[in-house]
Amino acid sequence: MAPPSIDELAAVAAALAAPGKGLLASDESTGTIGKRLEKGGIENTAENRRAYRELLYTAPGIGGAFSGVIMFKETLGQCASDGTPFVEVLRRAGVMAGIKVDEGLVPLEGGEEGETSTRGLETLEAACRQYVAQGARFAKWRAALRVEEGRCPSDLAVKVNAEQLAEYAAICQAAGLVPIVEPELLIDGPHSAETFAAASEKAIAACVAALWRRGVALEACLLKPQMVVQGTECSAPRAAPEQVAAATLRVMRRVVPPAVAGIMFLSGGQTEEEATRNLDAINKLAKEEGRAPWSLSFSFGRGLQASVLKIWSNAPPSRASEARAMAGALAEANAAAARGEFAGRHPSVTSAPGATLHETWRGWRTDVDPAAAPPPAPALALAGV
Amino acid sequence: MALSAKSAAARSAAAPRGAASRARTVRVAALSTEKSNPYMEELRATANYIATRGKGILASDESNATTGKRLATVGVDNTEDNRRAWRELLYTAPGLGQYISGAIMFDETLFQSTAGGVQFVDVLKKQGILPGIKVDTGLEVIPGTDGETSTQGLDGLGERCARYYKQGARFAKWRAVLKVGSSTTAILENAHGLARYAQIAQANGLVPIVEPEVTLGPGTYTIEENAYWSEKINSHVMRLLNEYGVVLDAILLKPNMCLPGLDAPTASPADVAKYTVRTMLRSIPPAVPGIHFLSGGMSEEESTLNLQALQEACPNSPWSLTFSYGRALQSSTLKTWAGKKENADKAQDILVQLARANSQAQLGKYKGPHPVPGGGRILQALRTGGPGK
Repeated sequence: MAPPSIDELAAVAAALAAPGKGLLASDESTGTIGKRLEKGGIENTAENRRAYRELLYTAPGIGGAFSGVIMFKETLGQCASDGTPFVEVLRRAGVMAGIKVDEGLVPLEGGEEGETSTRGLETLEAACRQYVAQGARFAKWRAALRVEEGRCPSDLAVKVNAEQLAEYAAICQAAGLVPIVEPELLIDGPHSAETFAAASEKAIAACVAALWRRGVALEACLLKPQMVVQGTECSAPRAAPEQVAAATLRVMRRVVPPAVAGIMFLSGGQTEEEATRNLDAINKLAKEEGRAPWSLSFSFGRGLQASVLKIWSNAPPSRASEARAMAGALAEANAAAARGEFAGRHPSVTSAPGATLHETWRGWRTDVDPAAAPPPAPALALAGV
Repeated sequence: MALSAKSAAARSAAAPRGAASRARTVRVAALSTEKSNPYMEELRATANYIATRGKGILASDESNATTGKRLATVGVDNTEDNRRAWRELLYTAPGLGQYISGAIMFDETLFQSTAGGVQFVDVLKKQGILPGIKVDTGLEVIPGTDGETSTQGLDGLGERCARYYKQGARFAKWRAVLKVGSSTTAILENAHGLARYAQIAQANGLVPIVEPEVTLGPGTYTIEENAYWSEKINSHVMRLLNEYGVVLDAILLKPNMCLPGLDAPTASPADVAKYTVRTMLRSIPPAVPGIHFLSGGMSEEESTLNLQALQEACPNSPWSLTFSYGRALQSSTLKTWAGKKENADKAQDILVQLARANSQAQLGKYKGPHPVPGGGRILQALRTGGPGK
């Protein structure tokens, strides 16, 4: 069967970017989700990972809030406890299945300290065919770029990551998957929001140029950037949502052509409440000012899960329905924010003032190449979960 | 870039710190130019004003040699005073400022006055029309290419811009000429020139009009081919503008509409609009306040009908889809004037009618009949050879 045409993929992208809907990023690799489960006293087994994701995918009302869910490859092949494949559970709720297709970060050869590129291109084409057969409709690939105070990511890091993103996107479109292009500028560091804005402009513009060169159709693409916020170690007081909105919109207007169907912000270390309020402010400002022709929505991981995991931790079966209800409430809050209509109390229980969902370096992926010896990584520190 | 995780891991564990220390002095280019530019607020206001909905630009910046060729078609000698009188007719047209937000001038014209001694910049400002200035010094053939050109004018550009700002100019224009099938050499050379010019103009208080013209040329190439090359060129231009720290909120774009080759059947306004809008949506971020299409050989009526079709094809466009017309506003005006004082009022009337028709088209409200219906293409040969051509 022939893969979808570009027009058909553009329709999928438009549906993913539908007004008032966003994405649940539940594509944490085995190692990453394992660390979060273990922090909550839950053993990192395939069954526990499955049960946790089932909570999320059967939460009330997600069909009204999510256009899609991004999954890790293990999860794409898993089922609900009644045997229904997750892909089918989601499809019945009107939610499309997406798949993380990159295989993690590696140190960037010739780059500055801490800079990375992303693995996975060599096996991507074959992997995409497999994922399409399993029911995936869209894909996601994460590049990570570092900002230090007064300094953008290096030219090499920007170039290599932009080209990898473009290559990934082209392969996906050829295989019939809508690519989410994620050039994440890391929130780690002491940099100001101004520095972050300049670095974002540089990185995203380079990605857009690389996408064109590689023949990627922007109409059948989504962008997943970080909102313009200061670094986690910046001493300045955190900006109000209105300031985050103004700074973020200014950057997006400067570098994202209108043809891109949707801008799906990541939450990347912001608390659940911060992420919702910032997204809401972005949409309110966009409505007020105009000149924001793309959907401005969410693709949150921690921003939709931290409180769920906190409730479910240490007593999984007895608090399952409470955890599920929290997942639904978080989904609804962010769907409202995507319409610029968030109001009232935020359901989060992990967003006390001064809290953060920032995680320090999580180490290299070990599930991809078990024989690899990763460099020693600093101890993982989770806050607020 | 293929390397195994294992060797990469081992390498990073032993990585020397040289690379990191080398980077400490690297500045964030975009941040420093925007923050330290004292003109930035004015530049933004200027660009937004010129892109006011319902208005466009009068391109009257023909060099002396080109102006001479035009005057010759109505039997007028190419003297400084005749050039002055011709521009006086344009700029003093009553009510022009309702439809025109900016007028681009040639160097000589920026310093000229009316016969009564009023400086042109003052005449224009009184009309609510911002004075602009062509700052490139013409085209040169790139050696080793098949007649492809590079635009000259970067040397001493900063000083020239400062002098023009002092005289009252508030925006500038630089025309790069490309074609369907441009070589990579030509694309990169022209994109670089545009970006570097734009950077220098902003640094000296002038809003740069960035003009990457894919000329309407001979051949049977399709409208899709034109659209592809327009996208390609726009992509390189936007990339370099970003790399050079040019603030997009304070530029204007002057592109071609997408048209098939001269020897191919003419495209309908709806098709021109479809491909042109698609090209703009794919390549121009919303921060650019105005996209001012050149007329580039289209007839006066075609220029208006196509402009109207653009609004219909893109009803909520984030940028103003408007005009920067030269020949499409001047051709019939010149013919009506023919150098005779007794024709001046009638000529000015034609100009204002043409400006109004295009203003209405910009608002998506053009209904016709056109002031100059049924005209043919208004073509001109490409001129190379340096300043004054």
